[in-house]
Amino acid sequence: MSVLIIAEHDNATLKPATLHVVTAAQKIGGGIHILVAGQGVDGAAAAAAKVAGVAKVLKADHAAYANQLAENVAKLIVALAPNYSHVLAAATVNGKNIMPRAAALLDVQQISEISAVESPDTFVRPTYAGNALATVQSSDKIKLITVRATAFDIAPAEGGSAAIESAAAAGDAGLSKFIGQEVQKTERPELTSARVVVSGGRGMQSGDNFKLLEAVADKLNAAVGASRAAVDAGFVPNDYQVGQTGKIVAPELYIAVGISGAIQHLAGMKDSKVIVAINKDEDAPIFQVADYGLVADLFQAVPELTQALEKK
Amino acid sequence: MKVLVAVKRVVDANVKVRVKSDGTGVETQNVKMSMNPFCEIAVEEAVRLKEAGKATEIVAVSLGGASCAETIRTALAMGADRGIHVQTDVELQPLAVAKLLKAVVDKEQPGLCILGKQAIDDDSNQTGQMLSALLGWPQATYASKLVINGDNTANVTREVDGGLETIQVKTPFVMTTDLRLNEPRYASLPNIMKAKKKPIEALTPEALGVDPAPRLKTLKVVEPSKRSAGVKVKSAAELVDKLRNEAKVI
Repeated sequence: MSVLIIAEHDNATLKPATLHVVTAAQKIGGGIHILVAGQGVDGAAAAAAKVAGVAKVLKADHAAYANQLAENVAKLIVALAPNYSHVLAAATVNGKNIMPRAAALLDVQQISEISAVESPDTFVRPTYAGNALATVQSSDKIKLITVRATAFDIAPAEGGSAAIESAAAAGDAGLSKFIGQEVQKTERPELTSARVVVSGGRGMQSGDNFKLLEAVADKLNAAVGASRAAVDAGFVPNDYQVGQTGKIVAPELYIAVGISGAIQHLAGMKDSKVIVAINKDEDAPIFQVADYGLVADLFQAVPELTQALEKK
Repeated sequence: MKVLVAVKRVVDANVKVRVKSDGTGVETQNVKMSMNPFCEIAVEEAVRLKEAGKATEIVAVSLGGASCAETIRTALAMGADRGIHVQTDVELQPLAVAKLLKAVVDKEQPGLCILGKQAIDDDSNQTGQMLSALLGWPQATYASKLVINGDNTANVTREVDGGLETIQVKTPFVMTTDLRLNEPRYASLPNIMKAKKKPIEALTPEALGVDPAPRLKTLKVVEPSKRSAGVKVKSAAELVDKLRNEAKVI
């Protein structure tokens, strides 16, 4: 058995999501190789080589992979996959975009977003917004899997000394090209790896009012998230969305402000270690999962919270 | 340009699903079913393309048991022109769905296929990517904006981790919808009546030459462990005190 992990990276650094996938790979067993496909990826490849438990890093450095276009990266995965029993990627937007394309080309039924490894061919995955956990067994020769990062511990980023080999590029499929991106520059930690997350819902009433949450987030070095209702209402961009069809988070502390707690939102945050809910409706379902609940008007309670955090 | 839209019948988003006591799946008997929300966005986008003169015909396809015809009717009431129902009672997994849709695409030759990014029942998030792979077409997933260019290309803005990204794809291509692409319309009563007269063609996996047998075997389905409610605090100050001294998370 041997596992190939498709690295999540920004060419210079390896994203923490990949370290969680390494832990999932260790539960499957066998040698672990990491594929770093991109352009100018020396930094990310060097970081991957240092991860404890990794035997080899495959570096595919080519303009075709610069923007992670699925058509090109999937082609590369298809070329490499026959050498492995399992191919894993984090269930990030990138992983979800690329892996099914590779799976179909290999005639494999991918297993999406696993939360546990039962054996090398049997895995647990959440369905119905996490309300039903399915144990599934794959009969495919190669298993293609995306991994829910929050369900697996983070592997040590240091301690390994894997060899770095160049992988032959599989070329540009010529089907799509990258035009540009609008990525928000922020000093805050990433939503999916932050230790503390402060999220707002429909109760925030406007995008402007998210400044109240940013003030709390500043005090706690937290990421700011949102419910689907807040995204739907246009308060904040979609990449803030925590939930079934947004991001899955499991921070040490999750503070839900003005969020009622629809099952679709709970699906994205209920594995957080400590949950705080601030809502004026004492019957809001969010209180049923919150460790600490504050029934209050958020426009009064949140500034008070910021103040209270200032006092040591 | 002909547009093909795939629509899936799922347990309604507002239903609290219950796991069957024998652990074989979730209860779907006597439960409200609806079109998957991301498929509604897909139909809406196709209808808007037609209204803008970019699409000539919209074909709505659904796969599964007899009741999927209702989901196709919903798409027809929203503005699709005709339906195709691939009838089967076999449990369909994403790879099989992609193969069946490919067979329909080979027959219909659309210039664009629009699918939801994810179905809210199995949460797989695979079918659109798989369909484009099998067709050898480009894929534009998690779309929040679509612009059809005149030169057999389209620009699609995608929702990615950290923000937005725009790619250009050659037509024909497969697009999957994200939340902000549009806000689906409600079908009006006259359109619901009109939809009853629109044709739905029935096909089978056998007729399409596809083996839909599932590759993943579901061994069991269980409910996740429940989180219990904690305590209510009276003030922000008390909350901070608890977080510092009891939970010790800040």
